[in-house]
Order: sequence, then structure tokens, then C-alpha cells
Amino acid sequence: MLSSPTVRTSLIFTAIALVGLVFADIAITAANPWKDLGRFFLGVVTPDFFSTQGLATALLRTVAFAFVGVALGSVCGFLLALVYRAYPVRIFCAFVRAIHELFWALIFLQFFGFHPLTGVLAIAIPYSGIFAKVYSEILEEADPEPGRLLPPGTGVISAFLYARIPDCWVQMRTYTAYRLECGLRSSAILGFVGLPTLGFYLESAFSQGHYSDAGAMLILFYVLIATLPLWVKPKLLPVYILGAPFFLGDGMPIVWGNVARFFTEDIVPSPLKNEEGWAGMGAWFGDLFINQALPGIWNTVILTQIALVATGIIALLAFPLISTHFGRPVRRTGGHVFLVIMRSTPEYILAYILLQLWGPSMLPAVVALALHNGGIIGHLIGRQSSSIILRPDAPTGVNRYTYELVPRVYRSFLAFLFYRWEIIMRETAILGILGIYTLGFYVDSAIQNIQFDKAMVLILITASLNIGVDILGRFIRKKLALQTMPTC
Amino acid sequence: MALNFIRKFALISMMALTVSATASAQTLVFTAIPDEDETKLVERFKGIADYLSGELDVEVRYIPVKSYAAAISAFRNNQVQLAWFGGLSGVQARELVTGSEAIAQGVEDKAFYTHFIAHKNTGLDEMEELSDELRGKTFTFGSKGSTSGRLIPEYYIREAFDESPEEVFSRVGFSGNHTRTLRLVESGTYDVGAINFSVWDKEMENDNIDTDAVKVIWTTPSYPNYQWTIRGDVNERFGEGFSQRVQEALLAMDAPELLESFPRSGFIPVANDAYEPIRVVGKQIGIID
Repeated sequence: MLSSPTVRTSLIFTAIALVGLVFADIAITAANPWKDLGRFFLGVVTPDFFSTQGLATALLRTVAFAFVGVALGSVCGFLLALVYRAYPVRIFCAFVRAIHELFWALIFLQFFGFHPLTGVLAIAIPYSGIFAKVYSEILEEADPEPGRLLPPGTGVISAFLYARIPDCWVQMRTYTAYRLECGLRSSAILGFVGLPTLGFYLESAFSQGHYSDAGAMLILFYVLIATLPLWVKPKLLPVYILGAPFFLGDGMPIVWGNVARFFTEDIVPSPLKNEEGWAGMGAWFGDLFINQALPGIWNTVILTQIALVATGIIALLAFPLISTHFGRPVRRTGGHVFLVIMRSTPEYILAYILLQLWGPSMLPAVVALALHNGGIIGHLIGRQSSSIILRPDAPTGVNRYTYELVPRVYRSFLAFLFYRWEIIMRETAILGILGIYTLGFYVDSAIQNIQFDKAMVLILITASLNIGVDILGRFIRKKLALQTMPTC
Repeated sequence: MALNFIRKFALISMMALTVSATASAQTLVFTAIPDEDETKLVERFKGIADYLSGELDVEVRYIPVKSYAAAISAFRNNQVQLAWFGGLSGVQARELVTGSEAIAQGVEDKAFYTHFIAHKNTGLDEMEELSDELRGKTFTFGSKGSTSGRLIPEYYIREAFDESPEEVFSRVGFSGNHTRTLRLVESGTYDVGAINFSVWDKEMENDNIDTDAVKVIWTTPSYPNYQWTIRGDVNERFGEGFSQRVQEALLAMDAPELLESFPRSGFIPVANDAYEPIRVVGKQIGIID
């Protein structure tokens, strides 16, 4: 078994995570974690839908930001996909998608302030990078045959529209619809930094222990996501997209001088601004790198590796919940509901909830990342396992799981896991804003201290780390010959 | 039909947009650092907005923000013209906006204090000065940008131990605000925390503190804290002498329910240089460049 490269890779990653556990800060520091958890669940089962004024508005804004952001992102992403062969375009796209939506929001907040543009761009920019990559992959895989059959002299644009697009249309539509769900999650968490979406109210309710209010908001959010196929119909889409910009709220007017100031003053490293020259610059960067970036990178990497393996374990445990090879329809429905809740709850919100309940350490972050990502992968391979046809005399129970199903889905399981590696790292970094000492903690501290020059350097370091992991993940997938479709 | 609907809808939305845009041109917008539970802040500052709009004859609007930095940025970006800042956030804001002035502080802000509070399980008792008993305990500040919850306690920790808080304590956290600090130490999530005396006193008065679980073990010397700060360019926008009118309105505020919501016994005039000590400490700790 050890000779199998997939098993070897799995063992190496498990070993790394175990070593990481030695260095990680894993603890429950709250005095009454279970009592609080109990109060939270009590809140969820006794939701109060009417206490928070503006809850309906918050939901509307969440949907509006998601629609405008995703629509803009998909248009830009499509245009970029057409020129994706160019190396600079690839680098640009990798770079913009390596920076998390919340970081983009924190940047735009500094000069657009509480204007709707802040939220729209925070979603649209990273999504453009992701759309560009996925669309270009879809376009590349299109069947070239129809194009060859066109009469000579057919224009490039006609050829593209009539021979290429029809073949890709369904796939692109499916992916864009899927991305809209991700957009709703992104939009909701933007509230945590002050935009008028669901996160804004969720944070207030939670931090004050109003669990029934928080429960109501979470339930409404799940309903919103679970009913997406019901209310997002192709025919209604133009109405939504044209209408959404009018529901973003008016926020505060933009003062354009602030934009110029941000780029020409705020983010210029302070030694250069104070004319301390390159020597001062070296000392400034050295101090920043050793005291903030390095500990941030260390914690981010450790937490990512532990969360990655925990995600794998959760996914392997969870997929039988919805697999047709186990259980009866009733239990499978329960499994579906459970997994929908897991993957619909953004990691950031899960981590926030668990941090409130268990106190600060890496544990809430690991559990949040593992539950959310494990829920997504569990759902995907559970669905895949249902399409496997077993022999009529195949073993049942544990033997069916270990000898029949896991080996058959293991390769695509690993493919999804390595695909999500970079996503887990991007989330890990951002969870620092909640007080775990990953890179996001230091970015947030720099912003709280109004030191945007430091914040920008730290964001760039975070982005490079993500790009590095993305490349490594792709290398491993290639080496193990694993193929997958994109997830978010 | 759908098209008609969209057209009507777009028209109405456009009208709504233009109306709100013209309204905001004459509106004085203010914010405050989120140092306490949001519900309390919204309640408090809605009252202040009504009071000020009555006194000043302009529309006054309060916007809540999620962090101290967001309050400073909004002030700096001229999206708000007036703000209730802490000592440190006020210094940071005024350094970024030339011509901005501290115009009024609470009577209590002239000599403000920070309490160090501890959970009963720590066995810690009141101490004369910060002692080695604190070593190895877990500790929470308030917000990263807070004067009473971060700057001043960190300054005295560094002074007493000659080490950073991370070296003195086994775990250092930032609760976010003073109410959270109180709750976290009360529940034992952290052993020790730093909280501003005004929030502590108010919660005590309202019977919101489990005195069997948490108590004050040390109090810092006094320092200047909260103040109203206004942008220098308000006179151009709202008319000559506007800044002074705002100051007079704040100083004249005597409705008990308004003052109690802060809680302050009244407001007194103040000037920028009263906060020089805060700036010096901020520079020392490295929060101010």
C-alpha cells in the first residue's frame, strides 16, 4: 500500500499536520464553553425574526452586493479569459485572486469609505481573477472541430461566437451560477468590516450574546442559499442584475482626493516618505518582516496544514451521509441538510461563532475550516460515490466503506483537497482579523494603527504565500495525475 | 410587461438616489469609536444626533462603524465631520487631518483611569503596583486602537516589567471593546483584562457585574481621554462659526438622559495640546509613527 503515491502523499501531509499540532496553540480557554454552546443552539432553535430592525434590508443588501459583484466579476473575468494566454494576464489574475475579499474591502474602505463601490469591488476584483482562470480552462477544452468546419474567411468574432461559445455555454453557466452562491457568502462576511450586509448585524448580535437574533439571521441565510435555484431563473436574471445596483444603499459620497492620497502618500513606506533613504527602508522592512511577517507566515502555514488534514478527515467521514450506498432516504435527507449547512456557513462566520464560544486559540479556526471545507468536499465525493455501481454481492457496512468506496473515490477526494489547499490558506490568513495570530492579525493591526504602508506589504506577502501554495498544489495534482473541477 | 416594470423600478430608484444625495450635502455626519456594545452606542448617539440637529439647524446623522480605524478613516476621508474619539484615536485623527480640533471632552475625561480586573480563580488580590503574580496569566486588552483598553495598560505593563505584554502573559488577546473585556474576564475566558473605569462603574451601577467572579486588582494613574473632534473645514461647508456653534451645543448639553448614556456629568472645553501625553506614549509603544 505504501508504494501507492497517493497513499504516500497522504501520509506525508498527515505527518506534517501532526508535527504542526505540536507547535500549534490548541486550547479551549472559555470557562463554560459547553454552556455557551448550549445557549447558542437554544438561540438557533428559538430564532427571533423581528427583533433586529433592518434585517430584511440587510438580506436585500447581501443579495444586491453579491449580484453586482459577481456580474461585474464574470464580465471582466470573461474578457480576461480571452487574453489569458498572455503571461502578464495570468500573473495579474493569480495576484488579484490571491487577495481575499475582506482584504480588498479593507483596502477600499480606506479611500472609498462606506460607499457601495467598496463592497462591489471587493467581490468583483478577486472574482474576476477566478472567473478568468476557470473560463479560460473551459474555453480551452472546447471541441475545436466546429471551428474547422467553418468556411474560410469567417471572422474571428463570428467563429468565436458560433463555434466556440455554444460548446462551452452550459459549463460556463453552471460555474457562474455556482459562483453566485460563493458571492452570497462573500457578501455576507463583508458586513464584518462595516458594510451594510448580513455580517454587520450578525457580528453585533453575537458579540452581545443575542443568540436568538443571530439564529434568525443564520436561518434566513441558509434559506436564501438553499432556495437559490428557485428564485434565480435565467429569465429573471436580467431583472436582478439591472435592479441590484439600486439596492446597494447610498452609503457615503466618495471624495476622489482620498483615492489619490491613498496611492501617493498612505501606502508609500514611511522611511521613503520621511526621506530616510534606502538604509531606513532596509531597517523598516527588516523589522516588519521579522516581527510581524515571519510569525504570521509561521502560524498561517501551521494552521493551514492542520486544517487541510482535518478537512480531509471530515470529508471522508461525511460523504457516506449522502451516499446512496448507505442508509435510507430519510437519513440521507438529514445528511444533505447537515452538509448544506456546513458548506453554506462561511468559514469566517463559523470561526467567529466558535471563537466566541470557546475562547481564542487555533482550535476554533481549525474546526471552522475543517467543517466548511469538509462539508464541500464530502458533498462532492458523496455525490460521486452514488454513481458508482457495486456488484450485487458487494460487502456492506464498514467493509463496503473501506474496501469498496473509499479506494474508488480517493483520487478525486485528493484532487479536491489539493485544489482547496490554497483556498484554505487564504481563509486561514483572513481569520487573523478575528484574533488568531495568522497574517491577517498583523494586517488588521497595521490598519488599526493607520499604517497602511505596513498593511500593504503584509497583504503582498500573504498574496505571494497563496500563489506559492497554489503552484505547489497544482504541481502535486499533476504529479499524482489528479483532475478536478473548480470549487469555491 | 417585465420591461415596463424594470423601467418604473429604475425610475423610482433613481429618484430615491438623487433625493438622498442632495440631502446628504447639508447633513452633518458624525461617528464614534465602537468602544461598547453596539446597541448601546446606537441608542446613545441617536439621542445626540436629535439634540444636535435641534441646536444647529442642520440635519445630523450618526453612522456606526465596526472598528476604531474605520472611525478615523471616515473622519479623515471627510465622510464624517465630527467624531467622539478616544485619546489615541483623536490624536491619530488630528494628525491626519490638518486644521481639525478637539473641542470638548467629558468632565471625567480630564482624569481618566483604566482598571485591571481579574477572575476570582486567579486568586489575585488588589495590588499596589503591577507585580510578578501576573506573569503567566492570560490577558485581554479591549480594541487594538483603544486608549484605555490598549495604549495605557500596555504602557504600564511595559513600565512595570520592562517586557512586552506577549512576554509577560501566556496569552494576549484583543476582546474588541470594554463590554466584551468585562464579559470575557467574568466568564474566565481570560484571567486578567484592562477596562476603562467609566464602563466598569456604569455596569456596576446597573448591576451587570457578577462581583463574585471578577474584581478590580489595580488602577492606572490618570490620563486624558475621550473628546469630540471636528474637522477644520466645517466652517466653509456649514457657514462661518459652525465649529464654535457645535462646541457650544456640546458644552450646553445638560439633559440627564443624554449625559447618562455616555456616562459623563457634562462636557467641558478642551484643546489639542491636552492630548500631548497620549501622543508621546503612542510614539513610545510604536502605535504612532
